[in-house]
Amino acid sequence: MGDNPSRSTDANAGGAGVTGRHASPVGIGVSPSSYEEPPFGGGGALPKKSRFSMESGFRGLSVASGAMVLVIIVAIAAFLISKAVPAISADKVNFLSFKEWFPNETEPRFGIAALAFGTVLSSVIALIVAVPISLGIALFLSHYAPKRLATPLGFVMDLLAAVPSVVFGLWGRDVFQAPVADFSVWLNHYFGWIPIFGGEGPFGQSIMLGGLVLAIMVLPIVTSLSREVFQQTPGMNEEAALALGATKWEMVRTAVLPYGKPGVIAAVMLGLGRALGETIALALTLGLVYNISFNLIQVGGNSIAANIATTFAEANDTGRGALIASGLVLFAITLVVNMAARAIIYRRREFRDSAA
Amino acid sequence: MKLQRSGYMAGIALTAMLALAACGSDNTTEPSGSSNSAGSATDCGTGSLTAQGSTAQKNAMDEWIKAYQGKCSGAQINYQGTGSGAGIEAFVAGTADFAGSDSALKPEEKAKADAKCAGGEAVDLPMVIGPIAVVYNVDGVKDLNLDASTLAKIFAGKISKWDDPAIAALNSGAKLPSVAIQAVHRSGESGTTDNFTKYLSKSAEADWTYSNAKAWKAPGGVAATGSDGVAAKVKSTAGTIAYVELSFAENSDLTKAKIKNGAGEFTELTGESAGKTIAGAKVSGKGSDLALSIDYGTTEAGAYPIVLVTYEIACSKGSAKAKDIQAFLKYTSSTAGQDALKDLGYAPLPESVRSKVETTVAAIS
Repeated sequence: MGDNPSRSTDANAGGAGVTGRHASPVGIGVSPSSYEEPPFGGGGALPKKSRFSMESGFRGLSVASGAMVLVIIVAIAAFLISKAVPAISADKVNFLSFKEWFPNETEPRFGIAALAFGTVLSSVIALIVAVPISLGIALFLSHYAPKRLATPLGFVMDLLAAVPSVVFGLWGRDVFQAPVADFSVWLNHYFGWIPIFGGEGPFGQSIMLGGLVLAIMVLPIVTSLSREVFQQTPGMNEEAALALGATKWEMVRTAVLPYGKPGVIAAVMLGLGRALGETIALALTLGLVYNISFNLIQVGGNSIAANIATTFAEANDTGRGALIASGLVLFAITLVVNMAARAIIYRRREFRDSAA
Repeated sequence: MKLQRSGYMAGIALTAMLALAACGSDNTTEPSGSSNSAGSATDCGTGSLTAQGSTAQKNAMDEWIKAYQGKCSGAQINYQGTGSGAGIEAFVAGTADFAGSDSALKPEEKAKADAKCAGGEAVDLPMVIGPIAVVYNVDGVKDLNLDASTLAKIFAGKISKWDDPAIAALNSGAKLPSVAIQAVHRSGESGTTDNFTKYLSKSAEADWTYSNAKAWKAPGGVAATGSDGVAAKVKSTAGTIAYVELSFAENSDLTKAKIKNGAGEFTELTGESAGKTIAGAKVSGKGSDLALSIDYGTTEAGAYPIVLVTYEIACSKGSAKAKDIQAFLKYTSSTAGQDALKDLGYAPLPESVRSKVETTVAAIS
């Protein structure tokens, strides 16, 4: 061990927290929340508490900032609901189960089913493809690559996250589509007996193309967060594993992965958030057809955000309301996903005193 | 502080320079514009006009605005291609002085639009004819003949392979591959879709059961965003077929199918052949409203049946900027204005329709 001096070595063996750099030293001084009590010791050297000090002013500011998050969330929800309700009540069909989207007719008919399905399916494909690759890259960068290689590679990975999504979309539509279509034909030829690869074609602008482009887009997020987490694995744990005779892979499996799991879950959820909300890349790569099909390779697929982008320009009042209602559904999906992620992380915290 | 002030100064100087430069370039283009169309004496508007709507006529509008502003230095016209629906909404809301639309006003829209025209009404003025091309990309097929019913079956997904007997019957001798057909339509709402499906629903009632609408109602196919998106998709993907306005088909150099008209001929799409269909159109609007009803089954020889008429929607009376609107529309409906569009993939209005538009425009007050 000791081949990677950059790794943070936590003084408290066993790791008091994943976010080691933020952890306050334990047992020294007073907890900051008890600022109203005069601090023990120090005597006259400490500044006297005045009614309107920097201290209370800053406290007020930070409380206000914290409250702002709630205010913004509530304001967004209120806005979405107030615009969505009239549109949904004008809807002549069931909003949750109808598959198509014709809100601008004199008798508006629109439903979220196909859009929500496409959103979730393309994001799930993206994660299935991206997460294993990301974890591989992250482990390579944090534990296998020599430092001379790891630093520039990590930098390139971060650079990938800065590419605007429309560039990924155009690349997916104009360059990536042909190879994916050829691959789809191959899949269809040899694995056509599996329903998800069945069908007669045409192939190309499919949910698979959208999912793969999304996978490339979430790759840098998941990679760089996971790398950070893996790098913070306490050196003691790793050395202990190696001392017990573990090979490098066994050390990664027994020390690094369990330690980084909550962080990785958080990274995956952030990636999922990006995938769910992705707009223009999907608008350019999906077939934008309102249907529900598990077939991954046939032309088709649509998503909530892509539908908003493509139909907003020509929408009338009800149409805009309907699109906002679909935005509300996306909001709800994202909220559920995030809450699920939190739940997973907190559950882990109970039996392992670590948080992400 | 001093540094900051000099920063402001630099900013102001830069802005002023840009503004001057902008004026300068205007001045230089002006003479060439006026020399182009020196023959026709045009009344000039003086104020600025804001208009928006149909993307199908955006290219035509750009051309007209360039020529018109070249002649009339005081006039300022701004046309945004936001889509027909958005254009009508802006007209009703009062943010657009006139609107461009791919379809004539519907009764419920007309009632709202009329309310904006004190003492008058909102009229549909046919101004630009955009023929709709059926474009395809099939390896080894240079010439393709289609009729309305086959077209309807293809776009409804009832014909799924290029070597289907129905297509083969119309194209004896052509080597049609056994490839899946990818029918491309517009995502979202579009006037082109509306006009194309109107053609299908009128000419192939039995095979097209989805009526006509701005949104694509048939199942399956694949959607692309905007006319340029559709053209790009057809250009890049073999096995595709789609409908786009002629100008986009020509810009992307796509292969156009010949369509069977009411006289039983397979006609190629040109400005002239599309104009023949419009010449047979009847005015269905009441009073000064010139909404056209197109006879897709026209038996006139050499007529190409799938055409799109885009309208300007303006007040016949009661608009605050009536004089400026009139001056601009007078130019667009003049023979010089219509001729300016020929190279852009539009067809000029037939004389019978054009003269009616000119009369209506002259009455705007």
